[in-house]
Amino acid sequence: MATRPRIGQLRLRFYQVLLLVAVLVAWHVLTAPGLLPNFYFERANRAAFFFGEPIKIAGRIVDWFVTGEIYSHLWITLVETALAFAIGSVAGLLIGLWLGLSPMASAILDPYIKAANSMPRVVLAPIFAVWFGLGMWSKVALGVTLVFFIVFFNVYQGVREVSPTILANARMLGANRRQLLSAIYLPSAMSWVFASLHNAVGLAFVGAVVGEYLGSAHGVGYLILQAETTFDINTVFAGIAVLTAFALLLDAAVTLVERRLMTWQPRAAETDRT
Amino acid sequence: MTAAPALALRDITCRFPSVDGQGTYTAVADTTLVIEAGEFVSVVGPTGCGKSTLLNVAAGLLAPSSGTVEVFGEPMAFAGEVNRRAGYMFQTDALMPWRNAIGNVTAGLEFRGVGRAEAMERGQEWLRRVGLSGFGDRYPHHLSGGMRKRLALAQTLILDPDILLMDEPFSALDVQTRQLMENELLALWAADRKSVLFITHDLEEAIALSDRVVALSAGPGTRPIGNFVIDLPRPRDVAEIRMEPGFLAFHKEIWNVMKEEVLKAYARQRAA
Ligand SMILES: Nc1ncnc2c1ncn2[C@@H]1O[C@H](COP(=O)(O)OP(=O)(O)O)[C@@H](O)[C@H]1O
Ligand SMILES: [Mg+2]
Repeated sequence: MATRPRIGQLRLRFYQVLLLVAVLVAWHVLTAPGLLPNFYFERANRAAFFFGEPIKIAGRIVDWFVTGEIYSHLWITLVETALAFAIGSVAGLLIGLWLGLSPMASAILDPYIKAANSMPRVVLAPIFAVWFGLGMWSKVALGVTLVFFIVFFNVYQGVREVSPTILANARMLGANRRQLLSAIYLPSAMSWVFASLHNAVGLAFVGAVVGEYLGSAHGVGYLILQAETTFDINTVFAGIAVLTAFALLLDAAVTLVERRLMTWQPRAAETDRT
Repeated sequence: MTAAPALALRDITCRFPSVDGQGTYTAVADTTLVIEAGEFVSVVGPTGCGKSTLLNVAAGLLAPSSGTVEVFGEPMAFAGEVNRRAGYMFQTDALMPWRNAIGNVTAGLEFRGVGRAEAMERGQEWLRRVGLSGFGDRYPHHLSGGMRKRLALAQTLILDPDILLMDEPFSALDVQTRQLMENELLALWAADRKSVLFITHDLEEAIALSDRVVALSAGPGTRPIGNFVIDLPRPRDVAEIRMEPGFLAFHKEIWNVMKEEVLKAYARQRAA
């Protein structure tokens, strides 16, 4: 990557921006009422009704941030995501460690884990709404069910694949069972948790937004839900744009955290050198 | 000498479930191996004959199918307890990749409840002794193969074990690094005369380092087929000693015993 000339990078960026602008312009031209003669819909404002208008969408986004209306919703969604991620990861880590270290328990639970993982967990949302109400916790619960399995499977696999030589070495160095857990199994499992970090955070976010969308009073998902019931397509698109940007920011934050925590990994080492 | 030997493996037999799942494979059969306190013993044998298996038994990591092990006269129980008097350098990388160099060196002290400040001080001292001072905050993946071996050596020796078990520790290194490491090992050993059980498939390495070389037969049912006392003068330089007539005579003598076994092992591997 580093060998690619700078000018190439610049040109690449230019084309990427150009593509975005082209799409936006096409969108605008095709949907602005009366700009082009109608060729598909009978009425001039129909295209705008179905596909929204980029300028109005941008206006709505600016509006949200200028009035500050969006911040409380973003905050709620962020808190739900963070809670779902934290609870799901810790639960996945603990249960993954437990089952990874206990062949008996994992053999007994194996079919049920497979079943729970193949179940489309979004269908649990109504149940969570009944259990936890329409507030934040039903969204967190949905996110947790998504995050848990990703982390759980990674940790479970990680624990069973701990190098027997590293284990034997630690035993020869005097580690007892508890020390093996804290000095070998846990760090090794943690590295697998980090490996699934992007997926886990992404799914926590999905859980939060989908939960909000299925019934809530706050959050960006709620904004979209509300706009949809009034056929306000511009606001729906504005919500989607904000969610996408937010997801990208979240992912960038995860990458930063990952860089800091995973310095010992070979991949990080190689990119350091090149 | 009437003192109990450092390590006594008596009539050791190790069987494993065979690869096809039915029956058993006898890796080691009726092997007796005694290492006196302060003695440097090498075990040579063709690849796959059961050298690592024997060493794992000596370390208490693997319970033999039959036979007993005594450590300085104490019988070993094999009930989840490893050989507390021994340090083990493994054939493959055994460093914890998530710990930096100083974290790896001090791991044993940490497990034994030594305070952090003292552990760090002794860790830095050992890094210096193996030529790695200044590399304390590097992770294993950032170190070369030779540096990782030196780190593993420091990790083992910091606990000052009475017995040192080494499983082909230098076989993955290039010739120059290897000879440097062998000389360093001899210097460290000369300083406090630990009992060493050194596994290798390299006969020259075995002769250059040891007081005694034990040759093993090819598997299955590996057993010692020769015991050679190497009375070459010390201190030795592993690069120079290879040219001496005494060394060559030992090499010829031991190779004559081993040749057939190596060919047997090779034929068996070809057939498999
Ligand atoms: N845990 C095990 N299960 C089954 N077979 C094993 C096991 N450990 C070693 N063996 C077999 O025992 C033989 C000796 O292995 P090993 O001691 O590693 O040889 P060496 O170290 O001399 O190369 C080999 O044939 C190997 O396949
Ligand atoms: Mg071996």
